[in-house]
Amino acid sequence: MAGISKAFPGVQALQDVNFEMARGEIHALVGENGAGKSTLMKVLTGAHLPDAGQISWRGQPAAIHAPADAQALGIGMIHQELSLIPYLTVGQNIFLGREPRWKLPGFIDWKKLYAQTQDLLDRLNLDVNPRAEAQGLSIAQQQMVEVAKALSLNADLIAMDEPTSSLTDKETEVLFAMMRALKAQGVAIIFISHRLEEVFEISDRVTVLRDGRHIATRPTAELDHNKIVELMVGRELGDIYAYSPTEQRDVVLETADLSDGDELKGVSLQLRGGEILGLAGLIGAGRTALAETLFGIRPAAAGDIKLAGQPVKIRSPKQAIQHGLGFVPEDRKLQGLFLHMAVRENVLLSGMDLVATLGFINSGKANGLVQGFVDKLDIRTPSLQQEVRNLSGGNQQKVVIARWLALQPRVLILDEPTRGVDVGAKAEIHALMRQLAEEGVGILMISSELPEVLGVSDRILVMHEGRITGELTREEATQDKIMRAATGVVHHGI
Amino acid sequence: MPAQSSKIRNLLRRFGLILSFLLLALALTLLSDRFLTSANIINVLRQSTINGIIAIGMTYVILTAGIDLSVGAILALSAVMTANLLQGGTAVPLAIIIGLGVGAGLGLINGLIITKANVPPFVATLGMMTIARGLALTYTGGRPITGLPDSFRTIGTGVVGGVPVPIILAGAAFIIGAVLLTKTAVGQYILAIGNNPVAARYAGIAVHRYTTFVYVLAGALSALAGMILIARLDSAQPTAGLAYEFDAIAAVVVGGTSFAGGQGGLGGTLVGVLIIAVLNNGLNLLNVSSFYQPVVTGVVIAVALLLHRALR
Ligand SMILES: Nc1ncnc2c1ncn2[C@@H]1O[C@H](COP(=O)(O)OP(=O)(O)OP(=O)(O)O)[C@@H](O)[C@H]1O
Ligand SMILES: [Mg+2]
Repeated sequence: MAGISKAFPGVQALQDVNFEMARGEIHALVGENGAGKSTLMKVLTGAHLPDAGQISWRGQPAAIHAPADAQALGIGMIHQELSLIPYLTVGQNIFLGREPRWKLPGFIDWKKLYAQTQDLLDRLNLDVNPRAEAQGLSIAQQQMVEVAKALSLNADLIAMDEPTSSLTDKETEVLFAMMRALKAQGVAIIFISHRLEEVFEISDRVTVLRDGRHIATRPTAELDHNKIVELMVGRELGDIYAYSPTEQRDVVLETADLSDGDELKGVSLQLRGGEILGLAGLIGAGRTALAETLFGIRPAAAGDIKLAGQPVKIRSPKQAIQHGLGFVPEDRKLQGLFLHMAVRENVLLSGMDLVATLGFINSGKANGLVQGFVDKLDIRTPSLQQEVRNLSGGNQQKVVIARWLALQPRVLILDEPTRGVDVGAKAEIHALMRQLAEEGVGILMISSELPEVLGVSDRILVMHEGRITGELTREEATQDKIMRAATGVVHHGI
Repeated sequence: MPAQSSKIRNLLRRFGLILSFLLLALALTLLSDRFLTSANIINVLRQSTINGIIAIGMTYVILTAGIDLSVGAILALSAVMTANLLQGGTAVPLAIIIGLGVGAGLGLINGLIITKANVPPFVATLGMMTIARGLALTYTGGRPITGLPDSFRTIGTGVVGGVPVPIILAGAAFIIGAVLLTKTAVGQYILAIGNNPVAARYAGIAVHRYTTFVYVLAGALSALAGMILIARLDSAQPTAGLAYEFDAIAAVVVGGTSFAGGQGGLGGTLVGVLIIAVLNNGLNLLNVSSFYQPVVTGVVIAVALLLHRALR
C-alpha cells in the first residue's frame, strides 16, 4: 500500500501511509486510539475507499473497491467490532454467502457445511457446537468464530483487528499457536493489539502509526517496550501509572451468599471505600454474573446486598444507580453504546438529571460537563456532536467510562475497563480509578488481563465456577497463585 | 474525487427531502395554475392535519423500533364515544378530555402488552386494531352518530386569525412533539431505546415505561385527530380512520425515520406528511383517476425508501 490517505468529516484518519507485507510474515500494527489502524485495514480489505494512494498485490496494482474484491484476492479480515449475526448458527455465520451447494442448484448442503465448520473449530481447538446460535456465545467464543471464518476463506493475508482484546491468556495462546501454524503455511498476518507483550511475542515486524501517519516500520527484535511507546505517542511517556495505596475507609458494599440461581453460586465479599478490588478468573467463572446481579440486571435468587451497611434490594439498573452504583459493562457495542447517537448524549444518558431542569436539557451545561470528560480522558472526536459509531474502538470505550464518571458513583464496577484502550490511555484510566478511590469510591474491577489485576488492585478476589476460590493481598498475589485459584484450587491467603 | 462525492452525499442526506418537496411543488405549479393559490394551500394543509397529528405519534413509536397498526381503529372508537357523550349532553371540554383519555388508555394497553407480556408491537397493535374497530361497530350498531354541538365543531371548522383551527392544533402538536423529542431527557431516552434497548437498560433508563409512553402518546394523538375529523364532518362513523395507519407510516418513512429505530425525527415526518398531501392534491388537480392515486403514492414511498437507504 503506497501513499494511502483517507479523510472523514472533521478527521484526517490516514495521511500518505505506506505499508507492505511479506509472505508468511506476522506484522504488528500499533498506535494510539484513533491513530488510523482500523481505517488502514478497512482500506486494504475494501470496506473504505481511500481518497488517494495505490494498493498492490503480489507486485500488481490491485483494484479493491469492495470487500468481495479483497476476498477474491485472498485477503481476509477480522473486524475489531464483532460482526456475527446473532440468530444464525456458528456454521451459517462462517459460510455466510459461500455456503457449500447440494446436488440441486440453489440448495445448501447443510451436512457438508456443518462438517467443514467442525473441522475449522477443531483446528482452533474450540469447543463450540457448529449448530449453536451466535447470540449464545461468549465474546471470546465469538472472537474465535471470527478467526474460523477468516481461516475458511483460505486467505493468503489475514488482517486481525484486536483479536485478543477479549481473550484470556489461555485463549490468546491458542490463537497464537494457530497464527504460527498459518505463518508456516506462508500466510501473512497483520496483527493489531494494544498489548505490547503480545506484539513482542508473536510479530516479526512492527509498524507504528500516529495521528494517521506512518511513523516507523522495524523488525520487532530491534525494538523494546519503551521504544514502541515512544514512537506511538511521539514523546517519552512520563506519567505511566504507578501504584500507590489509598487510605481505606468503611465498607461500602457487602454481599452475603449472593447467587442468581444460575452462574453465581453464593458469593460473599466486602468492598471498602477507597479500595480497588480486582476480580480475576477465567471466562465463565461468574464474574460478569456477579457484576450484573449487583447492578440489578439479573435478579438475585438468594443472598443479601448491603450498601454502606444498609440492606438493599436492587431490581433494576435504575435502582442501582439511585443507590450510587455504577457499572461499565464488558461489551461496549452491545451493552454500552448508542452507536447512532452523539458523543454528548452517550455520555449524558444516565446523568440527564445533572444537566436538565424540569426535564429540559440545558445545552450549555451539558456541553460543559461532557467537554470536561472529553478533555480529561483525551477522547479523540472532532466534536461532541459526532456519532459514536465514527469513533475508534478505544475512544468508544472511553465514552462509556465517561458516562459513569459523570454520575459520581459511590461504588463503581468495571468489567474489562481497558479493553481496546491504548497504553497511554490505559494508564490514564488506571490513574483515574485511583483518583476516584482517593475520593472514597469503592471500585470493583473485573479483568482478564493479569498484569492489570496485579498492577492496579489493592486486593484480589479470584472466582471459579460461580464461587470465590481465592483472596489475595496485593503483596502476596502472583500470576501463578491467581491461576491456581482460577482453575479451582482453593487458596485463602489472608 | 471520493471526498467530493461524500460531501454531496451529506448535503443530499440533509436537504434531499426538502429539495424533493420543493421540486414536487414546482412541478405542480407549472402543471396546474390552481396549485399555488392561497385557497389551495390552506386546503392542502387542512387535509394534512389529521394524518399529520397521527404521524407524530407514529414517529415516536417507530423511533423505538416499534409500529402501531391500531391508530385508525383507536381514532374510530374514541370518536364514536366522544360523539355519543356530546349527544348525551356532556359538557364539551369534559367530552374532549374523556375522548383523549380513551385514546390514551387504549395506547396504554398496547404499551403494557408489548412491554410486560413481551408481545411484538406488530402483533399487539394488530390485535388492538381489530378489537377497537369491532368495539366501535358494536358501540354504534354500525350507524354513524350525526349532529354535534356547534362549540365542539369549532375544532374542525373554526378559523382564528385567518388560519383554520385544525392547522393551529396540528402545528402546535408538531412543535410540542419536536421540543419533547430534541430538547428533553425523555426524548433522548426514547431515541436511546430505539438505538440499543439493551444498553438503555444498562444505562438505567426505564425502558418499559418510556416504550409504553410512546404508545400512550400515539393513542391520545389518534383520538385528537379523530375529534378534528368528526367535528369537521359533523358525524362520527364507526368506520372512520380506516387504513389511516398506512398514511401515517408512509409519512414517517418518507420523512426518513428508520424502521430499525433510533434514527429520524419529526422534521422529516412533517415534510413526509406534506409530500403525501401535496401529491394527492396534485393528482386531484390534474384529474388523475382516484384508482391510480394509491399506485403513485406507493411508488413515491418506495423511491423515498430507496433514496434514504442509498444515502445512509
Ligand atoms: N466512519 C467514520 N466516520 C468518521 N470518522 C471516522 C470513521 N471511522 C474512523 N474515523 C476516525 O478516524 C480516526 C482513525 O480511526 P481508527 O478506527 O482507524 O483508529 P484505530 O487506530 O483503529 O484506533 P483504536 O485503537 O481505538 O481502535 C479516528 O479519529 C476516528 O474517529
Ligand atoms: Mg481500531
